Amino acid sequence: MRRTWAPGRWLIILPPLLFLLVFFLIPFAFAFKISFAEAAPRVPPFTDVISFTPDHHLQLAISLGNYRYLLTDEVYGVAYLYSLRTAFFSTLICLALGYPMAYAIARAPRSTQGLLLLIIMLPFWTSFLLRVYALEGIIRDTGFLNTALLHLGLISQPLHIMRTSVAVYLGIIYSYLPFMVLPLFATLEKLDPTLLEAAADLGSPPWRAFLDITLPLSIPGVIAGSMLVFIPAVGEFVIPSLLGGPNQLMIGRVLWDEFFGNHDWPVASAVAIAFLLLLVGPIAIYQYYNVRQLEA
Amino acid sequence: MERRSSVALLSVLFLGIALLYVPILVLIAYSFNASPLVNVWGGFSTTWYGQLLHNRQLLEGALLSLEVALAASSGAIVLGTLAAIALVRFARFPGRLLLTGMVNAPLVMPEIITGITQLLLFVSMVQLLGWPHRGFTTIVLSHITFCTAYVTITVQSRLQAADRSLEEAAQDLGATPARAFVEITLPIIAPAIVSSWLLCFTLSLDDLVISSFVAGPGASTLPMVIYSKVKLGVSPDINALASLIVCAVGVCIVAARWLMIRGERRAALEAQLASQ
Repeated sequence: MRRTWAPGRWLIILPPLLFLLVFFLIPFAFAFKISFAEAAPRVPPFTDVISFTPDHHLQLAISLGNYRYLLTDEVYGVAYLYSLRTAFFSTLICLALGYPMAYAIARAPRSTQGLLLLIIMLPFWTSFLLRVYALEGIIRDTGFLNTALLHLGLISQPLHIMRTSVAVYLGIIYSYLPFMVLPLFATLEKLDPTLLEAAADLGSPPWRAFLDITLPLSIPGVIAGSMLVFIPAVGEFVIPSLLGGPNQLMIGRVLWDEFFGNHDWPVASAVAIAFLLLLVGPIAIYQYYNVRQLEA
Repeated sequence: MERRSSVALLSVLFLGIALLYVPILVLIAYSFNASPLVNVWGGFSTTWYGQLLHNRQLLEGALLSLEVALAASSGAIVLGTLAAIALVRFARFPGRLLLTGMVNAPLVMPEIITGITQLLLFVSMVQLLGWPHRGFTTIVLSHITFCTAYVTITVQSRLQAADRSLEEAAQDLGATPARAFVEITLPIIAPAIVSSWLLCFTLSLDDLVISSFVAGPGASTLPMVIYSKVKLGVSPDINALASLIVCAVGVCIVAARWLMIRGERRAALEAQLASQ
């Protein structure tokens, strides 16, 4: 195999490898470099970190000011913590809702399984922005939910959900639920049914068999699904920006405002680098389980 | 597995599906509302759909988005398929782990980080090389980056399932490895490639965050135009536009899924025939 393909092999490997290297990996190096620059009124709006003096000497102008700023201005700490907390609890709720859904689909007859999966997948691919917008139409003070509840006489005052943490949680759960269900289904579907039959034959009640067999075997799916929800949710921008209020300060929004509002590219880079360091652990866990699942 | 589900399980499933679909269905219903007040039903009307045709900003955004999506998904299927072949067929080569990582990481990387880092790359490239200027080119390059990941994952799983013995037989009969691949395996993975093209098209059409960073001041894609309007609140013409996009994307996804399933069925049938 290796011998026969050998001559042409690099023609296949190099294009994607080089493209992703240049446009995915190397950008992080530039962000890292620029996080040590200072904002300056020029194009592009920051000072040179690496430059050459007129007599051709390499000159480094490293400023740690941006990182010092991240540590001293409490907005950043608050935003990091709020993002982590919101993403963590949203992930738990998605798991609590997504696990039974995936389990029910895995146990459904084959003929309906395909349809159910399509129903879950459809929103996964449908415009994120428009789905968040659609949710706003439901939870606004004069939205569908309040109109319906007022009409039924269940409440006398509209519920204020918009611009609160509840809205941000609802937004994340609504947007990311399919990311949880699909990997969970993939592991639950592969589960060998004879194991459960064996447990039943040996006198194990169904809940016991679930705890002893199904749950431990579905851990890779639980982790993959949780990471697929948690990591993007920490960096979420659209949801806190459209559904949250001034108190729902998430790190994605801070970065966006720093960049588009204050035009401070070096501080925005430092926020991104600090954020990335925070995510290295979860991304590594995701990669590990993902590779293992692909090879299984 | 026992093909029976308890009432409790099924109720959670339907609750979850309702959560996913009710907002979209309500939005579509309200897009036909004659009243400009979004919360009062004023009878059935298609006024808002007609008004979309006169909104230049939206039309220009839509045109740019379609061009970007076409270019990005076409570029991504080439790179993604090559990456999938490399990862499935070449057991070891220098940079394999790096390629695996770079294919999977964009799937979970928060868009805001990808967006800002890619912008900084483009700005630095312009300083050093004088290329690429922000606009169509930079948006397409960033979209290819995240779309490639989805193509690789989809084609990779199809390629892993493909039967190697037919290709080996062709080689025994004197075909070069490249010819055997093109004539035997490429048709088998073609549905996966077409289906991932459709998925990339919708992903590219939807992207807001990365495009906002790399687009530069001159260019606005459709999601960027929509975002600036949505920021001001719910409006009936956006309801109409959103319904159109949701339906178009829905058709693309169902088609992509159908292609995949048909491809898998055909492969299963051929395998069955071959074993007889």
